[in-house]
Amino acid sequence: MKWEVVIGLEVHTQLTTKSKIFSPASTAFGAEPNTQTAVVDIALPGALPVMNRAAVEKAIQFGLAIGAKVNQRSIFARKNYFYPDLPKGYQISQFELPVVEGGQITINVDGVDKVINLTRAHLEEDAGKSLHGDFQHQTGIDLNRAGTPLLEIVSEPEMRSAAEAVAYAKALYSLVTWIGICDGNMQEGSFRCDVNVSVRPEGQKEFGTRREIKNLNSFRFIEQAIKYEVQWQIGEIEDGRKIQQATILFDPDTGETRMMRSKEDAHDYRYFPDPDLPPLVISNEWLERVRSELPELPVAMQVRFQQQYGIPAYDAATLTSSKALAAYYEAAVAAGADAKLASNWIMGDISATLNREEKDIDASPVSAVALAGLIKRVMDSTINNKTAKDVLKKMWEAGATDATAADVIIERDGLKQETDTGAIEAIVDAVLAANPKAIEEYRAGKEKALNSLVGQVMKGSGGKANPAMALELLKKKVG
Amino acid sequence: MQTIKQLSDLLAAGKTSAVELAQDYLAKIDTLNPKLNAFVTVDADKTLAEARAADVLRAAGNAPLAGVPFGHKDIFCAEGWKTTCGSKMLDNFVSPYDSTVVAKMKAAGLVTLGRLNMDEFAMGSSNENSFYGAVKNPWDLNAVPGGSSGGSAAAVAAGLVPAATGTDTGGSIRQPASFCGITGIKPTYGIVSRYGMVAFASSLDQGGPMAHTAEDCALLLNVMAGFDERDSTSLEHAKEDYTRDLNVPLAGLRVGLPREYFAEGLASDVAAAIETAIAELKKLGATVVEISLPNTKLAIPAYYVIAPAEASSNLSRFDGVRYGHRAADYDGLTEMYEKTRAEGFGWEVKRRILTGAYVLSHGYYDAYYLQAQKIRRIIANDFQSAFAHCDVIAGPVAPNTAWNLGEKNADPVAMYLEDIYTLGVNLAGLPGMSVPVGFGSNGRPVGMQLIGNYFGEAKMLNVAYQFQQATDWHLKAPTL
Repeated sequence: MKWEVVIGLEVHTQLTTKSKIFSPASTAFGAEPNTQTAVVDIALPGALPVMNRAAVEKAIQFGLAIGAKVNQRSIFARKNYFYPDLPKGYQISQFELPVVEGGQITINVDGVDKVINLTRAHLEEDAGKSLHGDFQHQTGIDLNRAGTPLLEIVSEPEMRSAAEAVAYAKALYSLVTWIGICDGNMQEGSFRCDVNVSVRPEGQKEFGTRREIKNLNSFRFIEQAIKYEVQWQIGEIEDGRKIQQATILFDPDTGETRMMRSKEDAHDYRYFPDPDLPPLVISNEWLERVRSELPELPVAMQVRFQQQYGIPAYDAATLTSSKALAAYYEAAVAAGADAKLASNWIMGDISATLNREEKDIDASPVSAVALAGLIKRVMDSTINNKTAKDVLKKMWEAGATDATAADVIIERDGLKQETDTGAIEAIVDAVLAANPKAIEEYRAGKEKALNSLVGQVMKGSGGKANPAMALELLKKKVG
Repeated sequence: MQTIKQLSDLLAAGKTSAVELAQDYLAKIDTLNPKLNAFVTVDADKTLAEARAADVLRAAGNAPLAGVPFGHKDIFCAEGWKTTCGSKMLDNFVSPYDSTVVAKMKAAGLVTLGRLNMDEFAMGSSNENSFYGAVKNPWDLNAVPGGSSGGSAAAVAAGLVPAATGTDTGGSIRQPASFCGITGIKPTYGIVSRYGMVAFASSLDQGGPMAHTAEDCALLLNVMAGFDERDSTSLEHAKEDYTRDLNVPLAGLRVGLPREYFAEGLASDVAAAIETAIAELKKLGATVVEISLPNTKLAIPAYYVIAPAEASSNLSRFDGVRYGHRAADYDGLTEMYEKTRAEGFGWEVKRRILTGAYVLSHGYYDAYYLQAQKIRRIIANDFQSAFAHCDVIAGPVAPNTAWNLGEKNADPVAMYLEDIYTLGVNLAGLPGMSVPVGFGSNGRPVGMQLIGNYFGEAKMLNVAYQFQQATDWHLKAPTL
């Protein structure tokens, strides 16, 4: 039997606010345990939550960025359960009326676009951390994280493979970091995914029973966990067993999923509107201000790049994969680099070197302006492409921020392209004398025969000859 | 018996000092509290330190209430004071922070004489549900003082404090004020900050003053009220002087008498006292109109769904993890929770947590919680219809005078039914107050309830003050 996989994601994104969602305590990561806790975060008797407007604003930004409906009246609810790192005994979240409903994200798998619909996004507070390893026979509780603002983003179950799920997670990640509502630090838990997986025979309309894989904090784990889980579910069904609804965990060490709790153990969270917080009301003015301040989004920027810079769709998509990369590209072009050459260099040598060194574009030792300085020397034929690659390497090693960085190296190392026809002519003559066979072939109609000779001329000139000029001279002499 | 007004005049005239007053009252507490059990905590050192600071503040000028002593219901978090809420759960809890009410009173130079007994987590109408034992009614030591602010009411009535703070979720200021023959006001929801006030039912809880006179209540409300950005349900309402209308004559005042508050169930001696008081209001120039609050009876089921629902969640933080009581022996987390909460909470609190968890649970939410919320809106609308015909509503606070200690303990529902006239005010978020108007056939006090429209505190206080200028029920004191 052929099986179809059905996947939906719930992603918890930590919002980049200075203070917590309902308290004035700091959200900074890594402080001594329990030092970033106001009375609200410890849930002292009498403590009351006060909504952080910055968190709401980020939720609005997200809603607008995905073309969703931003509810101008939404409700905070209490989700009741007992756990030591949940100090109030309930989590303040949104249940019946979330701040964001609907919206879409486009993913691309193997060159094919697919639109994924979102169900909702709601504001909620994070819990603290239970530290099981630090004490013998005791559990430590760190409430620094308690009350950190989260936007839980829920997709429709519209993904049909692990690859689509990963593409969705990556697209979402790229968007939330692009608009700056999340720092994207997955190691610190800023972007955590719960993945709902089910399978059904191909052609069946009803969904299969789903199992929810909790708390995946890397794209690789998402892929591994789904692949394992899908095979497990198919195996169970084919062996005649039924899938039971459950919450499961993925163990990266074994690559397997295991049961956390079954549906029977599921909590009754006794949701009800939080009487400490009036409905969250977002005025038209607020909504419109956020809309007007929203940065240009990747999709719009791709279109603009194609139109404004005349670069292909592929280049535009790659260059807008992050806001920083796009900014780098635009800065290079603004500094005088040819749009297509800049694209080639950034997608080529720059990206390759960054990848090798595991650096972000922000950390590139060669600034956009310095790169433009280099490209300009290619454009005006001061150096050829091959020399330029060497110059870039030297700029990279030394660090280059100035527009003149390339010029300094070209001057210092005498790399200027040889444009003196006389000097090149001598080399051409020598090369022709040594390659009578190539001349014959060319004369017999094999145009390409001269290309290898160009290489020899280049070599003979120490890389400084202009290849176009060399070819022209060769043709003239042979023809 | 001395009023806040009298004491502040004495202090202003230099005839006494904050320290002297504090010493006098501490001595009285020392003598009489063993009979009443009104206090949970008395700390003379702390009180005298506050009194010394108050004398300094008064000397600096512009602090009319500096040095006036009072007592706090043990529900307002006060830095360095044990804040128990009448519960074993918080028997060891010393608050590290001040509630807004405590901070405001401290800033005004009012001196804390101690922490007053109450029903555990403010759940109760008799003050018998306290971990620290029942409070006795100073008018009759066999009678309950009412609840949940029973310690506050008893202490004021017995003259152990000239005034006290209270909180009112379903009548917890008005009913004990009525049972003990004092004056108490529950303001419009959102007038007094709930920040640092241990929550029972967040959408209903409201703090307020309890004192001998309407004038004292107005003076104290001036200190307690005000917008607080730390309480999201606090109202951004302009600062008011609640004494401003005290002297306005009552001529032309329309007093609404809800038919349903004078119907079957109201004890005849209570009815007689209320009717005499209303006759007095007429003499003062008021006119009386009959009004209807047709859904009065529904207030009881609605309240006993909503309040326990919120309480069940509010009290989840008392889990033994961070502060408060924790069971001594347990095996694992679940048992720690179970034993801690089984030991830490009393029966009434457990009953309400269970009720609340039940009405919020999957499959019952719509039938109970949502339904109760609908009734709540209907009740609020009933009051608005009534206020189209009157300026203030008058009636009894409770169907009966104080009952005997232990009398209703076996039947919680019978006790819940005693709240019938007070619950609607909380459900609607309206201000209400209790004014002493006489005594029942058993010699126990009767209180008249006044209900104002939203922000109608000054109007209610005006009515009560004019009534108290013409009568002396509020000046009667029990002999102990």
